[in-house]
Amino acid sequence: MDELIAVLICLFGGLTGGLVGVGGGVLFVPALTIYIGLTQVEAESTSLLMIVVVAIVGAYRQHGYGNVRVREALIVALLSPLGVLLGVVISNNVSERALQLSFAALALLMAAQLVNRARSA
Amino acid sequence: MPAAATPDHAIWKLATIGTLAGAFSGLFGVGGGTIIVPLLILWFGYGERLATGTSLAAIILIGLLGALAQGGIYGNVHIETGLLLAIPAVVGVVVGTAIQQRIPQRAVSYLFALLLVVMAVELILS
Repeated sequence: MDELIAVLICLFGGLTGGLVGVGGGVLFVPALTIYIGLTQVEAESTSLLMIVVVAIVGAYRQHGYGNVRVREALIVALLSPLGVLLGVVISNNVSERALQLSFAALALLMAAQLVNRARSA
Repeated sequence: MPAAATPDHAIWKLATIGTLAGAFSGLFGVGGGTIIVPLLILWFGYGERLATGTSLAAIILIGLLGALAQGGIYGNVHIETGLLLAIPAVVGVVVGTAIQQRIPQRAVSYLFALLLVVMAVELILS
């Protein structure tokens, strides 16, 4: 039963990924911890593998639809390891609560701007 | 350089998006897409479909680097479980991208805004 729920959550995670262009980790991680019983670190790592598979298929389909700019995607991806290092430095110097609240504020700001832009489009 | 090339200042913006995506994925365990999609739309004026497609392409490499580091260095990746659960996830992403081509682009922005609000609430309550 637990495995079936995990399968359904992952199906939904992939669906969300395809619809809004994210990897789906937001849903894969809880599926792996709660229903498969992995630890948080194992779940986040295993979720990365799933995200890669989902992103390959999703990007391939979107490329077929004419919705991928390969060069721009490469520049974004190649700079991300620098960001990961930066993240490690920041997390060692700023309290976790402050980080959570600042990211929440950023997420709300981006949400408001997206809605604004979509309404005026 | 071809005429359609991204201008220099835009490359800096792309680099910033990549760096931020890496930082947030490192800090919060969220995939870079959460940052990449809204910033491609808001900073570059990408349509929603182009932003989400380009985001998925970037995520291939970002996720691969992360998975290799976690799997190769720390041995935390459960390969069999991951590949098995990737099957329904792949079905989902094929259906999701197909649906996306048939709904108005602005609907994607609204869905994304909803996702961001849910994430923000989760972070505030955690």
